[in-house]
Amino acid sequence: MGKMNMVEAINLALKQEMEKDGDVIVLGEDVGVDGGVFRVTEGLLDAYGEERVIDTPLAESMIAGASVGMAIHGLKPVCEIQFSGFSYISFHQMEAHAARYRARTQGRFGIQMVLRCPYGGGVRALEHHSESREAYYAHTPGLKTVIPSGPRKARALLVSAIRDPDPVIFYEPKAAYRAFREEVPEDEETFPIGESEIVREGKDITFITYGAMLQRTLDAADTLQEEDGVEAEVIDLLTVSPMDDQKFTESVRKTGHVVIVHEAHRSFGPGAEMAARLVEKSFLYLEAPIRRVTGYDVVIPLYQREKDYIPDVKRILHGARETLEF
Amino acid sequence: MPKKEIDLAYKIEHLSILDEDGELDSDLEPDISDDLLVKMHRTMLLTRRFDERMLTLQRQGKMGTFAPIKGQEASQIGAAAVLKEKDWLAPSFREMAAEVWRGKSMENILLVYAGFNEGGLIPDESHTLPVCIPVATQVPHAAGLAYAIKFKKEENVVMVFHGDGATSEGDFHEGLNFAAVFQTPTVFVCQNNQWAISVPRSRQTHSKTLAQKALAYGMPGIQVDGNDILAVYSAAKDAVERARSGDGPTLIECITYRMSVHTTADDPSEYRDEEEVKEWEKRDPITRFQKYLKQKDLLSDEDIDNLEEEIKSDIKDVVQSWEEKMEDLGDPTDMFTYQYAELPPHLVAQKEEFEAMLSKKE
Ligand SMILES: Cc1ncc(C[n+]2csc(CCOP(=O)(O)OP(=O)(O)O)c2C)c(N)n1
Ligand SMILES: [Mg+2]
Repeated sequence: MGKMNMVEAINLALKQEMEKDGDVIVLGEDVGVDGGVFRVTEGLLDAYGEERVIDTPLAESMIAGASVGMAIHGLKPVCEIQFSGFSYISFHQMEAHAARYRARTQGRFGIQMVLRCPYGGGVRALEHHSESREAYYAHTPGLKTVIPSGPRKARALLVSAIRDPDPVIFYEPKAAYRAFREEVPEDEETFPIGESEIVREGKDITFITYGAMLQRTLDAADTLQEEDGVEAEVIDLLTVSPMDDQKFTESVRKTGHVVIVHEAHRSFGPGAEMAARLVEKSFLYLEAPIRRVTGYDVVIPLYQREKDYIPDVKRILHGARETLEF
Repeated sequence: MPKKEIDLAYKIEHLSILDEDGELDSDLEPDISDDLLVKMHRTMLLTRRFDERMLTLQRQGKMGTFAPIKGQEASQIGAAAVLKEKDWLAPSFREMAAEVWRGKSMENILLVYAGFNEGGLIPDESHTLPVCIPVATQVPHAAGLAYAIKFKKEENVVMVFHGDGATSEGDFHEGLNFAAVFQTPTVFVCQNNQWAISVPRSRQTHSKTLAQKALAYGMPGIQVDGNDILAVYSAAKDAVERARSGDGPTLIECITYRMSVHTTADDPSEYRDEEEVKEWEKRDPITRFQKYLKQKDLLSDEDIDNLEEEIKSDIKDVVQSWEEKMEDLGDPTDMFTYQYAELPPHLVAQKEEFEAMLSKKE
C-alpha cells in the first residue's frame, strides 16, 4: 500500500471494513459530500452511497443515540463527532446507553459501535477544538477508549474497534493526522484493543505515553541516550481503557524510574490511574517518585500559548532527569 | 367526536420590504431616523471590509481560523440596531457585524482569532456576551439570562443569534421551550444562511421553514428576507417590543446567505455550486440598502467613496493597534489566572512548576 499519513490510514480501515461488512455504517456531520472536515471519510459516499454514509443534521446527541439504536438492530455504526470538544453533547447517550445496554439487558443487546473524534492541540484552532479529555470516557464502565499514535496502528486499531462487540471511543490525535507517514500494509491488519506496546527498549527509565505525545517522548528518549547515556524504554499505551498495565508495571520493575506523559489534564487523568497501578503492582521496585508530565489543570489556552500547556521535549527531559537524579 | 382543525395562535409570515432591485413597499417601511439609517449603512460597510481584511490576515498566517460574515450584514445589524445599550446580545461565532455594532473592540476580535486569550476580556459596562463556539449552546443562556432580567424586574431584553444548523441541536429546542414556558424577554434570531458547513438547509430539517419551529413552543415565529435590512429591523422591533412589554419570546428566521467559506479551514467547492453564490450576489444586502439610501437622498456615490476611504483608514488603525498590543502580551501564566476566583493549592503548585520551567528556557 505504501506510505500513508494517519488520515489516509483511517480512511483505508473504514473503506476495507465497509467493503467487507455491509452492516458497517458511517454517520456524522459533514462526513459524506464533504468527506469530513479532516477528509477522513473522503470517498466513502461515492463508494457506498447515502444509505451507508450519512450526512446527519447537526446534533451530537442524536448521532450517538441513533448509533445506539442502529446497533440494537444489528448495524455497526462508526459515527464521527467533528471535534472531541463537542462529544460531550453525545456523552450522555454513550454513558447512559451505549455503555450500559449489554448489562441492562443481561447480555441480549451489546452495542457494537465506534465513536470517532479528533482530539488534542497543535493545529492553531479555536476554543473547544484542542482539548484532550479522554479520561471522561476511560472513567466510564462499559466503554473502551483507544488512542492511536501513528498511521499503521490507527488503521489496525480501528479495524479491531469496528469488529469489537462493545462500544469503542476512538480518539484521533489531530496533530498527528498529517505529521508523518508510515508503511501501512494493504492486507488486513488488526491490533488487539487493550494491549499496549513497547516501542523502544531500555533499562534505565520507563516512559508511558500515547497519542500525539509518543513522537516527542521518543525524541526525549533519544536525547537522554545521546546526552546522558541513559537508556529509556518507551511504552505506547494505545488503549487507555481497559488499561494494559502488564507491560508498564513489568518495565518499571526493571528500570525503577517512570515518567508518564500525556496532553490531558493531570488531576484524575489517565496518568493517575497508571500511577495507582504502579503503586499497587511495582511499589517495591520504584527507586524514585512517579513523575507525571502532563497538561496543567486549566483550560488549554488559545493557540499562542498552547505550547506552554502541552508537554514538550524540554518538559519531558526535565521530568526524566529529576526522577533519574532523585 | 368529529375531526376538527386545531386553531393555532400563530401563523407564519414572510416579510420583505425592500426587494433586491431596491423596490420599496412603502406601506411597510419602518420609521427609522436618518442618523440611524446612515449608521447602519456605515457599520455594514465597515464590517464587510473588516471581514475581508481578516481573511487576508488569516491567509498571511497572522491569524488563525475564523468564520466570515460576508453576506449576513443586514441580518445581523438590522436586528442588533433595535437593541438599547443595556439590552443583552448573545452571539454565536459568526456575528462579527452585530458585535461591532454593539461596540465590541475590533482589536479584541483580532486578538482572539490570533490565539490570545486576552482578547476575551469584556468591559464591565458591556452587555454583549463572548463568542460561543459549540453550536446552539448559547441559546439556553439567552433564555436563562432573560429569566434573570424578569426576576429582577428589569426592562431589558436578550437577543440571541444562532444558525440554521443550530436548530437541529437539543439546546436550541430546550432553550426556546424554557423561554416560552416562562415567557422570558428573549428574541431568537436565526441566521439561516442556507448552509451548515457542507450540509444544506434542506437536509437540516424536513420542515418548510425554520420559523415554524416557534409554533411548537407556543411563541410567534416570523420569516424575513434577511438581506433586506428594513425587514429585519421591522421584525426585530416588533419582537423586542413584545419581549419588553412582558409578552414573551419570538423566533425570527432571517433568510440570508453565507457568501464566503464556512471558516478559513473550509473549501466550499467540495460541496456547493459556484452558480448559487453568484445568484446570491445579486441580492447583496449592502448594494440594496445603498439604493434605498440614495432614493432618500441620504447617500451619494461620492459619499460612498469617502466612506470607503474613511473605513480603510479606520481598519488600518485597528490592525496597527492590534499588532502593537500583541507585542505587549507577554504573560504566559495567564492560563492560571482566571481558572477560578481563587487559585486552589494544586494550581498554585502547578503554576510554580510552570514558572520554574519558563525560567529554564533559554
Ligand atoms: C456542538 C457543535 N458541533 C459541531 C461544531 C462544528 N461546527 C462549527 S460551525 C458548524 C455548522 C454550523 O451551522 P449553522 O448553525 O448553520 O451556522 P453557520 O456556520 O452557518 O453560521 C459546525 C458543524 C460545533 N462548533 N459545535
Ligand atoms: Mg448556517
